[in-house]
Amino acid sequence: MSVDQVNPNDESKYAASARAFRDNVSRDLANDELRSNFRGAMDYLVDKRKTALSDSDELETLREQCKLIKQRCLVKLPHLLEALEEKLTANGIKVHWAETITEANEIIAEIIESKNGKTVVKGKSMVSEETALNDHLESRDIECLESDMGEYIVQLAKEHPSHIIMPAIHQNKKQVADLFAKNIEGFEHTTDVDALIQQGRNVLRDKFCNADVGVSGVNFAVAETGTLCLVENEGNGRMCTTVPDLHIAITGIEKVVEHLSDVPPLLSLLTRSATGQAISTYFNMISHPRQQDEKDGPGEVHLVLLDNGRSQMYSDDELRQTLQCIRCGACMNHCPVYTRIGGHAYGTVYPGPIGKIVSPHMLGLEATTNLPTASSLCGACGEVCPVKIPIPKLLLRLRQESVKPKGAPQVMKGQGSGRKTSEAFIWSVWSMIHKQPLFYRTSMWFATRLRFLMPKKLGAWTVARSAPKLAPKTLHERIKEREQAAKGK
Amino acid sequence: MSQVNTLHLRDYPKNPTKVYLYGTCLADSLFPDSGIDAIEFLERQGIEVIFPQGQSCCGQPAYNSGYTDEAKAVALEQIRHFPLDIPIVIISGSCGGMMRHHYKDLLKDEPGIEKFCDRIFEFTEFLVNSLNVQLNDSGPAERVALHTSCAARREMGVHITGKKLIEQLDNVELVTHDYESECCGFGGTFSVKHGDISNVMVSDKTKNLVNADVVRYVSADWGCMMNINGSLEHQKESLRGEHIASYLLARNAMDNTGDKS
Repeated sequence: MSVDQVNPNDESKYAASARAFRDNVSRDLANDELRSNFRGAMDYLVDKRKTALSDSDELETLREQCKLIKQRCLVKLPHLLEALEEKLTANGIKVHWAETITEANEIIAEIIESKNGKTVVKGKSMVSEETALNDHLESRDIECLESDMGEYIVQLAKEHPSHIIMPAIHQNKKQVADLFAKNIEGFEHTTDVDALIQQGRNVLRDKFCNADVGVSGVNFAVAETGTLCLVENEGNGRMCTTVPDLHIAITGIEKVVEHLSDVPPLLSLLTRSATGQAISTYFNMISHPRQQDEKDGPGEVHLVLLDNGRSQMYSDDELRQTLQCIRCGACMNHCPVYTRIGGHAYGTVYPGPIGKIVSPHMLGLEATTNLPTASSLCGACGEVCPVKIPIPKLLLRLRQESVKPKGAPQVMKGQGSGRKTSEAFIWSVWSMIHKQPLFYRTSMWFATRLRFLMPKKLGAWTVARSAPKLAPKTLHERIKEREQAAKGK
Repeated sequence: MSQVNTLHLRDYPKNPTKVYLYGTCLADSLFPDSGIDAIEFLERQGIEVIFPQGQSCCGQPAYNSGYTDEAKAVALEQIRHFPLDIPIVIISGSCGGMMRHHYKDLLKDEPGIEKFCDRIFEFTEFLVNSLNVQLNDSGPAERVALHTSCAARREMGVHITGKKLIEQLDNVELVTHDYESECCGFGGTFSVKHGDISNVMVSDKTKNLVNADVVRYVSADWGCMMNINGSLEHQKESLRGEHIASYLLARNAMDNTGDKS
């Protein structure tokens, strides 16, 4: 889908919250409990990853291998998607294509309604968060229950996930206990994590048995065999995809891989990068609906493949690297900005560094103009990315797209929307001074001579810092004097 | 050093006798002492240092703000002033990262740009890997911390060389502060565009440095130090950062070949 085909009315609810980024940041920076929850959790995850990937040679080899796998699959993406559809169809799994989130929601609602489904249990799926599937289904009187413990907590609290792997990481155990006390009948108050989670699981257990539909995400869709792979730790993913008679999986088009043999290295690096686990507790491989001789499994399986801006990423060689992402969350765990502001401040489905490079394609650069600039470009994200996405470089690229002058070739929705005349003027003056040595030296000579005029307050800088003081003489001058003195000797 | 990989392996000039110095715009107008000290230090190692007067700024501020054309014009002017095929030693890791790596993208159509980029060396990596500098410590016993800087660490891989140099100083105890590898929150225009986030980051960095109970911290990057020192001063803390060139010069006042000054 090319950019001009994006329906401008097709705006996700997240566009509005992404626009409020600055307000969100102020709100969340002021929340000490939230900040301490994030700092503690991120430190824990950073440490777990470090232990799981302690052999730096192995890590580098695996990262390179995984990057090459994803890049190969992306080069062949159109072909692989066709192959995947063909194989899945042959296996008895129905494939649906959705360009927009509205289309995806509509497709899923229609499948459910055609079976008179009333209740849905969901495994964890960030793509269904992306489409705001729960909102849509509820508007059609279909009840959705999140069955991943973190997602369940977030749903009870009427919030959104603050992390793509740990949706409720912004809450501590005391906050979760309070939430359960308000929402779970007969809750026995405790802050022991295991006891707490057990009480939540008891509620979910009943729901699994009675739900009409199971909805899940997909981590890898294998074209060669027509297999949907699902990584999870709680067993809820397996329940959702085996107990109800109808299973609907939803994922982005970039999740397709060519061979079954591509999965093990990706899986190994995914779980170790995400949570420091050698392997997740569950790994589900779904290749067809229940067969005649099988005792369980859904009678019907569907896969919805969503575009929602991914084609736009795909059509530019550099931006295409965004699609290498396997959603491990390591970039956010290591991000000093994410650690400070938390996941909700971004206002987008995908927070953190990966969110900053994905969301502008999904929501347009106009709504997300503050995201690519909210980075010190420290590079911690790129350093840990298991598929070597050059995140800082892509942030720079999005900054360039954001301030592009009018009339530049169209690369993405909302490009040029961050360009301000005053800022563009400052940079053109800056460039004029610095590209002419004599002009530059003269300017600096005057600046240093007039340093007593330098204000003590320099906007945002001096809110928390003293203003830097200009030197009496520039380095250029002092070196010249030094050279002259040496000659004179 | 789990994250430093082969990207940073490179050839270093053996027995160089002459180098260019790239002073950077921040050192030029705000912190010129570090430029003079770097020259002094190199000269004491028997190196002739040329400082082209035509240099201004590497172009990073505009480049990081998305203004590629404006950055490109400035970058192109820089490379004109370094015509000799000798190493270009730069006293800032992030400007070094800009000229060594990002110029390859920004000026990709410029003939010979790869060769130019390969001549860029950050000050500490040059001292360790090219000059194999041996330091004699003539200063008093003290505890110092090192702020490694993100670009120096991740783009240039030079946090190791800074550490190696300080570890050569017999009377200096190098103290690792909490979250040493974490960004100080500078990030150029980030620090003013998203001042509230940057402020929290620099507050944490200064807290960790102060808690390390050191007499000073050293760094090879004035961007970070302007940020951290500015915050320390604002908080009325006495701790300050010092450029590694100035620090090494002061500690190594008498080098092992005798006093050549």
